[in-house]
Amino acid sequence: MKTLLRSLPTSLSTKAAILSLVLLAVFLLVWHIATVPIATASATDTEYAKLMGGGAPKTTGLPTPAQIGEALLKQIRDPFYDNGPNDKGIGIQIAYSLARVLSGFLLAALVAIPLGFLIGMSPLIYRALNPFIQVLKPISPLAWMPLALYTIKDSATSSIFVIFICSIWPMLINTAHGVAGVRRDWLNVAKTLEVGIFRKAFWVVLPAAAPTILTGMRISMGIAWLVIVAAEMLVGGTGIGYFVWNEWNNLSLTNVIFAILMIGVVGMLLDMMFGVLQRAVTYVE
Amino acid sequence: MSSHSFLQVRQLRKSYSDAPGTKPVFHAVNFDIEKGEFICIIGHSGCGKSTILNILAGLDEASGGTVIMDAREVAGPSLDRGVVFQSHALMPWLTVLKNIAFAVKSRWPNLNEEKIKAHCQKYIDLVRLTGNEQKKPSQLSGGMKQRVGIARAFAIEPKMLLLDEPFGALDALTRGTIQDELLSICAKTQQTVFMITHDVDEAILLADKIMLMSNGPEARIAEIVVNTLPKTRTRADIHHHPQFYKIRNHLVDFLVNRSKTVQQTFVSDPNLIAFPPQVMPGLEGNTADPVAVNKVPSPVLKQIK
Repeated sequence: MKTLLRSLPTSLSTKAAILSLVLLAVFLLVWHIATVPIATASATDTEYAKLMGGGAPKTTGLPTPAQIGEALLKQIRDPFYDNGPNDKGIGIQIAYSLARVLSGFLLAALVAIPLGFLIGMSPLIYRALNPFIQVLKPISPLAWMPLALYTIKDSATSSIFVIFICSIWPMLINTAHGVAGVRRDWLNVAKTLEVGIFRKAFWVVLPAAAPTILTGMRISMGIAWLVIVAAEMLVGGTGIGYFVWNEWNNLSLTNVIFAILMIGVVGMLLDMMFGVLQRAVTYVE
Repeated sequence: MSSHSFLQVRQLRKSYSDAPGTKPVFHAVNFDIEKGEFICIIGHSGCGKSTILNILAGLDEASGGTVIMDAREVAGPSLDRGVVFQSHALMPWLTVLKNIAFAVKSRWPNLNEEKIKAHCQKYIDLVRLTGNEQKKPSQLSGGMKQRVGIARAFAIEPKMLLLDEPFGALDALTRGTIQDELLSICAKTQQTVFMITHDVDEAILLADKIMLMSNGPEARIAEIVVNTLPKTRTRADIHHHPQFYKIRNHLVDFLVNRSKTVQQTFVSDPNLIAFPPQVMPGLEGNTADPVAVNKVPSPVLKQIK
């Protein structure tokens, strides 16, 4: 046993990866056991069994891991098929959701980052806008939906608006915080060098606040991806959220679980992208 | 005092509150600095040394009085005055070269990249950081960071250099090496320097004149000690010089005892506008009449109402 342990790889990340795989295997096994159909061997009353379902194996109604795997393979083999409004490939649905998230998010960034700069640089504007921010921030973005639908009169644009309104706050607050927290020393250097306002903003304040701003963007993106699913369930039509709801109406739990998995994977990839960006702008003092 | 002094500070005062009864941090601060002089200022914490430096830099505003440099009033920061900050204040996201280039570009916005690089390289070589151009500040030791700070300040070729306890955070060995380097750079460039220090030995090594500040609040410059040691002094031989301990004892005695007592005489005579007397403790006892020496650069006193 000891020699076996010693022969195992020593690197922490390798050990962690092995443990992850073991946990996954255990999870799949438990799932499989819990959902696998049990052959109802009721020899006592075949007539009754036939009456109740033709002696079919009894299931919980939840798909087994194998069924999910099958759906996964089928969807991944052709992710972009389009058989009409209620039958589109998962790739198309995710693309719709991503397009909405990105446009809402970019619009929010266009507003939040310059405004955050202003708030961070001016204590007056900070104090003047703070009450509005504090009231608007805790509002669930979906609460805006009826108002958006009424004013915009377009469901797709309304969901973009909902993404916009939910991603603006973390970016705004973090940008203001980062800009206000730029070290006095660096600003003094800029002052003694008679650096102009724009050069100061882009060459001193922006790089100094960039890690905090990126953190805000990362949080916003996370929230946006959470909210888009709910928003698309409401407005319907296209998107991963609509896909989940549609498959629920089709009573296809296999596709629902598959969609849940995809939402998680896409969310993780988005977060990883921002992680890379964040590392790129982070500096060591 | 001659009206042609390079830097003239007159009746400088700083108070953090206008409320009646609050005492200013310092007041009635008067001194002149000539071109090429190296001035150190010594005093206890809270006497306002850093505030004076910040006012000279244009980063802080005086509550009263004037600062005139090169016949122009100092109002706000200027590229004519380079500042070396105690915390080096390098931008951690820029390399050594780019930190200095940022300053050089600010000074000469129309210079092309190649010339900027060559100019920066000259000052990187001057502070002996050749080979570290592409390193980020986090990869440098404390002493090397401060060298970059000094190179950045010299690179804009300011008329005057202001150093706020530049070596305060460094260990004794590193401090010594950089002191020597600063001394040789200043000798080469004839730079006018105003420097805050807490280190008496550092002041004697570097300064031509050492200003002594009394304790705050209502601090003033009590006297100016002229460093009579030869200009060719080095860290290695300075303590063998007969005058060294006379000057050193004078400074230490001021910091330990006289900074308080002097302040009491100032408080009892608040209307006195005085140029601090210049003293030469290094020459004391070498002449027949030490008192006369003390009086040589006679203090200009005048009484206002």
